[in-house]
Amino acid sequence: MSSIEFRNVAVRYGKRVAVHGFTASVRSGEWLGLIGPNGAGKSSLLQAVVGVISSTGEIDVDGAPLALRAPSRRAALVAYVPQDPMMPADMTGFEYVLLGRAPYVGYFGTESRRDRSMVRDVLDRLDLSDFADRHLGHLSGGERQRLVIARALATEAPILLLDEPTSALDIGHQQHALDLVERLRHDHGLTVISAMHDLTLAGMYADRLALMHEGVVVSEGEPETVLNADVLAEFYGVRVTVHREPDGTIVVIPRRNSLL
Amino acid sequence: MTTAGEAPSHAPADVPEDAPTTPPSDALTSDRKTTNASGTRSTKWIVCASGVALLAILAGIVTGPAGLTWWRVPLALLDHLPLISIDSGVTESQWNILWEIRMPRVVLGGLVGAMLSVGGASYQGVFRNPLVDPYQLGAAAGAGLGATLMLATFRGAGADWPIDPVPAVAFVCAIAAVAMTYFVGAAFGGLRSTATLVLAGVAMVSLLTAAQTFLLQRNSEVIRDVYTWILGRLSTADWEDVKLVAPYVAVSCVVLFLHRRHLDALRVGDDEATTLGIPVSRVRLIVVIAATLGTAAAVSVSGLIGFVGIVVPHVVRLVAGSSYRRVLPLSALFGAAFLILCDIPARMLTAPAELPIGVVTALVGAPFFILLLRTRSLNR
Repeated sequence: MSSIEFRNVAVRYGKRVAVHGFTASVRSGEWLGLIGPNGAGKSSLLQAVVGVISSTGEIDVDGAPLALRAPSRRAALVAYVPQDPMMPADMTGFEYVLLGRAPYVGYFGTESRRDRSMVRDVLDRLDLSDFADRHLGHLSGGERQRLVIARALATEAPILLLDEPTSALDIGHQQHALDLVERLRHDHGLTVISAMHDLTLAGMYADRLALMHEGVVVSEGEPETVLNADVLAEFYGVRVTVHREPDGTIVVIPRRNSLL
Repeated sequence: MTTAGEAPSHAPADVPEDAPTTPPSDALTSDRKTTNASGTRSTKWIVCASGVALLAILAGIVTGPAGLTWWRVPLALLDHLPLISIDSGVTESQWNILWEIRMPRVVLGGLVGAMLSVGGASYQGVFRNPLVDPYQLGAAAGAGLGATLMLATFRGAGADWPIDPVPAVAFVCAIAAVAMTYFVGAAFGGLRSTATLVLAGVAMVSLLTAAQTFLLQRNSEVIRDVYTWILGRLSTADWEDVKLVAPYVAVSCVVLFLHRRHLDALRVGDDEATTLGIPVSRVRLIVVIAATLGTAAAVSVSGLIGFVGIVVPHVVRLVAGSSYRRVLPLSALFGAAFLILCDIPARMLTAPAELPIGVVTALVGAPFFILLLRTRSLNR
């Protein structure tokens, strides 16, 4: 159970500003969805949190600056599911998920019996026990994605960052992966920040959305306020119809140009 | 191939252990079995590799042109253990050949083989590149240039020096070359870019080789000496060489073993390893320093024995799995065995002359490696 707060966070690549003064606060147990066109700065922001790229401004977890924490402590607070995870073909599922225990192992130490049983437990809970001894190269996209989520879960971090977690999956596996994250959030009180392309899915799972454009948050709030046809037209440059289902689900439907 | 053979033999051992406890779910039981099996498989491999290394050592000391009957050799060794007295029938002079000529050569071969293999495996880990070993960042070219420099300019000198200058200068030049590659790569690509480092290595190797060729061309009378040195040999080995190399190999291997977990984490890439709390740049620097020091020490006494650092770790990965927890110790043991065994034809085939051991490692290793790649790809 942890909250995370961004104050004026900026990311620069040389002269190009990828994220410009991002300020937001995510409550414990909340799911914040970052949406926006390609290059809006969603991935850069997530990578700044986990220390892959450097940033300015402040990122606080539970009121303490993340930058002041040791790398292993930070890794124990924030888990990260990358957009395009590197999965060595000859690594086994068990070895892969065991990497999630790295934040708890001393520099010259090895994983304890407890770490190993914890990993077996995670694999079990996610119905991945059959993949423990299988090589990653022999698994399907959906199975790999679940292993990546399992590795994030093995870190026991209270904050989970997902970078386009479903972009490589078919519609069924997208739903499966997001349902899994939702279940874990519910069971473990995880705080989730996800960058997503599919606006309908983003609106369906996230409590709150932040629409980014050229590094700036241009609209923020509940899905029904952010997923607005005029706003999307302005920043994505798309023609869409936003449709509201009887159960409150918001569906974003792209429209083809009637003149073509 | 191991899994199929082991599953039945381990299943019975595990079942009684689980049975008395509270009824475990099917998934849990099967899971525990698999992980236990992987643990015992590791132990099995270590035992097997240690056995191979021991056999190689025995083979190395019983063979030789001196006409010692082979079965007397182990007896003679036992005889020299404290508290044991066996009549081995080995004369004093034969024992001297055994202890002062064959033994240091075998021990040195083992140390060099283990070091080249572990160094290669570690480099492949930190650079995530299966074709990299310390040679590729300039260790070999640097040592070669250093040796050429000494052989060409100080020919004959150094006989009365306290240490032989050729290996000393080769050692220093090997380390200097890798350090230069590292700084050039880091300056232009940042420490995070492994590709830049490898490319900087390519440039450094070309530069050093060009300098060496120039030197050789100006001093053509030492070409033979230089080539003998470059192709590698264990023929001049005595206990002094062993004493010189052993500390470097020991320290280097211990440091590298302590980083086996980090090497596993680096397999998912620098960025993901960073998000898991691994200090990537520091780990890479420590591993490169340790592997380079050990390798430079090894090549400074044995010459540039090629092929070992690439092939031994690959064979280990192909047969025993790719986790560095297994790759590093098995590379050390199999690497030692491989070089000791390659040294046997090197000194026997053209006795009393010697075949360069680098030629033997390539002649024996390359076809074996190709065969292994072929059987593996057929099995997939």
